Order: sequence, then C-alpha cells, then structure tokens
Amino acid sequence: MEINFRHDVDAVLAEAKELQKPVLLDFSAAPM
Amino acid sequence: MVKFVTDNFMPARVHVRDDSALFQKYGEKYGAQWTPTILELDSNGVERHRIEGFLPNDDFLGQLMLGRAQIAFAEEKWDEAERRFREIVEKLPESDAAPEALYWAGVAPYKASNDNSSLRQTANAFKDRYQGTSWAKKASIWA
Repeated sequence: MEINFRHDVDAVLAEAKELQKPVLLDFSAAPM
Repeated sequence: MVKFVTDNFMPARVHVRDDSALFQKYGEKYGAQWTPTILELDSNGVERHRIEGFLPNDDFLGQLMLGRAQIAFAEEKWDEAERRFREIVEKLPESDAAPEALYWAGVAPYKASNDNSSLRQTANAFKDRYQGTSWAKKASIWA
C-alpha cells in the first residue's frame, strides 16, 4: 500500500482547514 | 508508515519539476530548497515540523510522529501531545526522534498543570538513557 498523495495543494489546504486535519506536504524530485 | 500518514494527515505532494508552478508557489512560501523536504503543517497551513533529506524507515516514522505530536502541542492539547511523544520513546526508542520526544513528553504535562514534577522525572529519565544528547543536556537543568 502506498500513500495516496494529492497534487491539488490549494484544495488540500482548504479541506484541511475545514476538516481541522493536519497536512503532510512533500516536496519531491523522485520520478512520478 | 502508510497507516500513520493516512490516519493523521492529508498528504499532498509537489514535484519540483513536474509541478513547477506549484513548486514556485509553495516552495517559496515554505522555503523548500532541497528534496526531499517534508513539511508537517497544522490545519491552518502553519509549518510545525520539517524533515529534509532521506532517512531510514524508523527514523523517518519517528520524525513524522514527532511532528504530529508537535502539532498537538502547538494546539495546547497537552494530554494528546504527551501521549504522542511517549509513544515515540516506547515504539522507536533507537530513533533519532526519541530523545527529543522524551524531553517534550515531560514538558507537555508541565504546561497543563504548572507542576514541575514531570520535569524532574524527565531529567531523571535522561540519567538512564540518551546521555550525551543535546536533549539530555537541556533537561539536566530540571534535576
């Protein structure tokens, strides 16, 4: 099982605020 | 690791080349100058912990747990913060995060109660483990 990273960061931050849930933000250069 | 992330965070990724516009926006906002850089943000988008560079699995999980505990601490959820810090010491005692977690596990109940007995207990705990770490030095004033 892998982490399902989302790429719509604006939406993630907005949802996190609404849901009161922390965010893990990964800056990566690994092949996608 | 995956379960911890899924249970505790909304995970998002910015690829520095393939998401170049996003990287310009968020890389600049959060000062990300290297990869991998992993930020643990509270629900308001405030950075509470940063992991830069590769780490072996246990050390990486320890840092993730440390950041999650720091988020609880910043939110003044003292019981939750203490529980999360102690969980790191118990489950990942050899990780780099453990001495720092032991330190903050003593601070959280003090913040809740102003009773400094938890600080003294923490200083004593450092006599048995993690000697020579900066966290043991920082706790030594409480003995």
